[in-house]
Amino acid sequence: MTKLLLLHPDDNVLVCAADIARGEELFMGDEILVARESVAMGHKVARRAMPRGTKVLRYGAPIGSLTEDVEAGAWVHGHNLASDYIATHDRTAGEAA
Amino acid sequence: MMGYLRSDGRKGIRNAVLVAYLVECAHHVARRIVDRADDPDVQLIGFPGCYPNAYAARMMRAIATHPNVGGMVVVSLGCESFDRDALCEAVAASGRPVELLVIQEEGGTAATIDKGLAAVDCVRSAAGGVERVAMGVGELVIGTICGGSDGTSGITANPAVGRAFDRFVAEGATCIFEETGELIGCETIMAERAVTPELGEEILACVAKAERYYTAMGYGSFAPGNADGGLTTQEEKSLGAYSKSGSSPISGLIKPGDVPPGGGLYLLDVVPDGEPRFGFPNISDNAEIVEMIACGAHLILFTTGRGSVVGSAVSPVIKICANPQTARRLAADMDVDAGRILEGEATLDEVGEEIFDVALAVVGGERSVSEALGHQEFILTYKSFEPVGPACLPARAGVAA
Repeated sequence: MTKLLLLHPDDNVLVCAADIARGEELFMGDEILVARESVAMGHKVARRAMPRGTKVLRYGAPIGSLTEDVEAGAWVHGHNLASDYIATHDRTAGEAA
Repeated sequence: MMGYLRSDGRKGIRNAVLVAYLVECAHHVARRIVDRADDPDVQLIGFPGCYPNAYAARMMRAIATHPNVGGMVVVSLGCESFDRDALCEAVAASGRPVELLVIQEEGGTAATIDKGLAAVDCVRSAAGGVERVAMGVGELVIGTICGGSDGTSGITANPAVGRAFDRFVAEGATCIFEETGELIGCETIMAERAVTPELGEEILACVAKAERYYTAMGYGSFAPGNADGGLTTQEEKSLGAYSKSGSSPISGLIKPGDVPPGGGLYLLDVVPDGEPRFGFPNISDNAEIVEMIACGAHLILFTTGRGSVVGSAVSPVIKICANPQTARRLAADMDVDAGRILEGEATLDEVGEEIFDVALAVVGGERSVSEALGHQEFILTYKSFEPVGPACLPARAGVAA
């Protein structure tokens, strides 16, 4: 079965239903996408090339904006996507002065 | 199904005896009483603070008179601010047995533990005499929460719980979803589901309050593990969490300790009112579970992607695992494997039905997995709330008019 889920027709990211390997060719209906890097289950991949500032859509709804340009098949996560509401923190947050 | 009939007409699916400490200084004594009682239906709850707090007093009273509770042993150090007499009077007025132990008057740690064990026996025996009567699905109050969410949560377990919620609401039950801080980004679509436009306005205002509050705290309701599991932003987590609510109309907006006035779907506003004062709205998942229980929830549907293991005192917690990898790794902690949806082995509707069936089995007395493992977490901290306005509960306002 397909390893990439398109949750809504308007979405510009796809969700991995299994771990995928760098270079893997992934089928999404008629579209073929090559994974630019290894991506874990539950993470997101760009459906097409998109410029910085693009609103990322999942479930057909905005989940934030791209902070850099991405290629089709690229992993979309905290390194290139940021909230339009409240910034996300990591485990080093508690060490900040 | 049978339920334990309480004096207010509500029915319980468990008959727990609670041992409650009223300040951290009484925690050890209360815990020892529970440990030595060694009975899964004798459970520890408590409030750690020494300063007075109307919210904490209201929560403790709501939980002490919850339909799943048969009686209570109250353990006070003696000098804390908590109004122990008011709590004991509320429990007694509800027709439940209650015993009060004040450590400073009982002769200290060992003496209070010994007397506490005797008090538990006394309360348990009185609570055992409660009448059991027939109970329908429409009399159930069910809460839902997600914890340790990941990128699969919003695709499998959460919408499957939404399906189960739709079924419960259709059968007249009361369903509660919550954590307005984890609904930031969903406010517009959520407001459109409100049964009146005025309730929709209240929903928009409560999510705006959550955003202000979390911004003041410096962090959203988002843990590093959420990001490890593929969620990138607060609003992405929110959209996934939101799907637990299903598709029923939203009948009302309640606050911790408010028991919904009738069947239907309710949003629980967990974010304090006024200027931020006491810290984060819910410091961990169990704080939210305690608040849903204070609203009368008989059981909790808990979805997890990364793999939470918690349960709760008072009301059973049913675990629905979203992620098939986690479902295999933590199989012995999960009641339902919704990860099968991702692997094409089950549909959302099938898992929704399974959740409904497992919930009814637990209502009928079967122990949920977290219950059988002995999980009885409980946490209550400082907060402050204003009462909900009339627009928040249109059905009640209609009855009053």
